[in-house]
Amino acid sequence: MNAIKFLFAAYIATWVIHGVYMGSLVRRFSRLRQQSKELEKGK
Amino acid sequence: MKRLFPILSIVTAFLLAYALYQALVVAPTDAQQGDVYRIIYYHVPSAWTAFLLFLINFVASIVYLIRRSPKADMIALVSAEVGVVFCTIVLVTGPIWARPVWGIWWAPGDIRLTSTLVLWLIYVSYLLLRRFSNSAQTQMLAAALAVFGALDVPLVYFSIWFFRTQHPQPVIGGGGSMDPRMLHTLLINWLAFVCFAFLVAWSRYRLEQLQREIEQAHAMRSLVGSAVAAKASLPLSRSSR
Repeated sequence: MNAIKFLFAAYIATWVIHGVYMGSLVRRFSRLRQQSKELEKGK
Repeated sequence: MKRLFPILSIVTAFLLAYALYQALVVAPTDAQQGDVYRIIYYHVPSAWTAFLLFLINFVASIVYLIRRSPKADMIALVSAEVGVVFCTIVLVTGPIWARPVWGIWWAPGDIRLTSTLVLWLIYVSYLLLRRFSNSAQTQMLAAALAVFGALDVPLVYFSIWFFRTQHPQPVIGGGGSMDPRMLHTLLINWLAFVCFAFLVAWSRYRLEQLQREIEQAHAMRSLVGSAVAAKASLPLSRSSR
């Protein structure tokens, strides 16, 4: 049945959405760490 | 708590892998829909997890409105954000399932589908309010919006009980019967998704904490800077008199 591609599309879409969100968290973390380091340097 | 995070991450990774194996290999094929029905193992647990996160957001918002607790505010923000991610998955995987089964991507006017879309829009507007408003009242306004927004959750959940919809009837407690292996797979996937949501929410909470600490440090620095500048200008102003 050709419908199997829809099954894989749904599973892949789920992990792509989670991946994009987690990627945004990692980016925000690294930006904040940088800001935190700059603050410590400025003390 | 820091030591617990890697342990929980490993447990969750194993749980997700086991749940995926159950969903794709162990669970029996549906007699009517074939293998495409297996989308429910991601679609339904994502919906339940989103509802759980919106419930946490609702409780935390009420606590914030009563006590003005910054911790409750952070929990509300984090649960709404992660809840929106899971709700997005529901709105994406639903039409992917509907296309081969119903022959259409979306059933316009269907109350379950429409109320879920409205729920997603409510929490996206909640996040936009928090992101772009600089008012001192933002946290309170967001908490009030979250309390009213949460009213849509029971409407979404019970819509298929009380209204005629194209959406399938509830898999649990809806009067229908489900193969015990399918039910087991569904519950394992939900458990895995809840653990995963907890880990993501935990990370997001730490991020929010760090952001607020940095904002406080910046505020303190500018406060100290302006106090020093004021002190330095004081003798000058006295001598000029």
